[in-house]
Amino acid sequence: MKFRIYRYNPDTDAKPYMQDYDLDLQAGDAMLLDALLLLKQQDDSIGFRKSCREGVCGSDAMSINGRNGLACITPLSSLKQPIEIRPLPGLPIIRDLIVDMTQFFKQYHSIKPYLVNNDPPPETERLQSPQARSELDGLYECILCGCCTTACPSFWWNPDKFVGPAGLLQAYRFIADTRDQDTAARLDNLEDPYRLFRCHTIMNCVDVCPKELNPTEAIGKIKDMMVKRTV
Amino acid sequence: MVNRVVTGAHYGLRDWLVQRVTAVVMAVYTLAVAGYVWMLPSFGYDTWTEMFSGNVIRSFSLLFLLSLFYHAWIGMRDIVMDYVKPAGIRLVIHVLVILALLLYLIWSVQILWGI
Repeated sequence: MKFRIYRYNPDTDAKPYMQDYDLDLQAGDAMLLDALLLLKQQDDSIGFRKSCREGVCGSDAMSINGRNGLACITPLSSLKQPIEIRPLPGLPIIRDLIVDMTQFFKQYHSIKPYLVNNDPPPETERLQSPQARSELDGLYECILCGCCTTACPSFWWNPDKFVGPAGLLQAYRFIADTRDQDTAARLDNLEDPYRLFRCHTIMNCVDVCPKELNPTEAIGKIKDMMVKRTV
Repeated sequence: MVNRVVTGAHYGLRDWLVQRVTAVVMAVYTLAVAGYVWMLPSFGYDTWTEMFSGNVIRSFSLLFLLSLFYHAWIGMRDIVMDYVKPAGIRLVIHVLVILALLLYLIWSVQILWGI
């Protein structure tokens, strides 16, 4: 199998370059991460992140044949050769396929990703009705891999100001939660031409999400709530 | 001034909503006028002048043009916000776009009521 991998070591390379690799492997059931681990045995200088190897931790997000995805749950058989692997677009590169996620998490933290509830904590837990709980389906599953946000042109142009699809999906996850009491402040925080309204419903986020979530729909619901409280 | 990233202008919803409403106005006007012209038995300078000599069609045409210019303003502002980084240049472009659109508006009134 043929691979073309983005290589860049800022300590030794003046410029990034693409390196070709050949691997004696039948696709079978193997995932891209399996191939990358075998390639690392050939050339241990290749840098990439990985951890759970089953699509739960979100560490091995990368651009695979031009499309963001998780290497660990992308079957090799689904990929056209040579398989071109690049780091996630739009973020600073630390080395090879490893990107600096600081900006991504800064935006995530800006939406206060935790429940705000000023009532005294109950003995056991804050209960929700099954309907109220079902509102969180399709939101809480996000693993913050960054595939969607780094596929979003609006984030490429304004990474310091636009929250991005992952952050906005999480923002709605807390706006939709009946146990949260900070709804008005959360909407105020997003009512901004840059933070929320840079989304032009391009929907790259929906296209690439490895967990098949729909940030565009969540963003639409945030806008709906803003309309509801305004008119 | 320290160069810090600032957000929190607390607007955006109205423009987003206006963009949708003006789109509907433009779509309805376009279809209605296209349908009307389609149904005309003959089409020439005379029918065109007669069609636009009524104040109703002039008012609706002005409403259409107002929608178009407001829609264009939001679209242009979005493009500038995406691609022009220095705030000073952004402001200058915003002002120029607004002035140009206002001029187009004055010009459209002259054309509509000059027929």
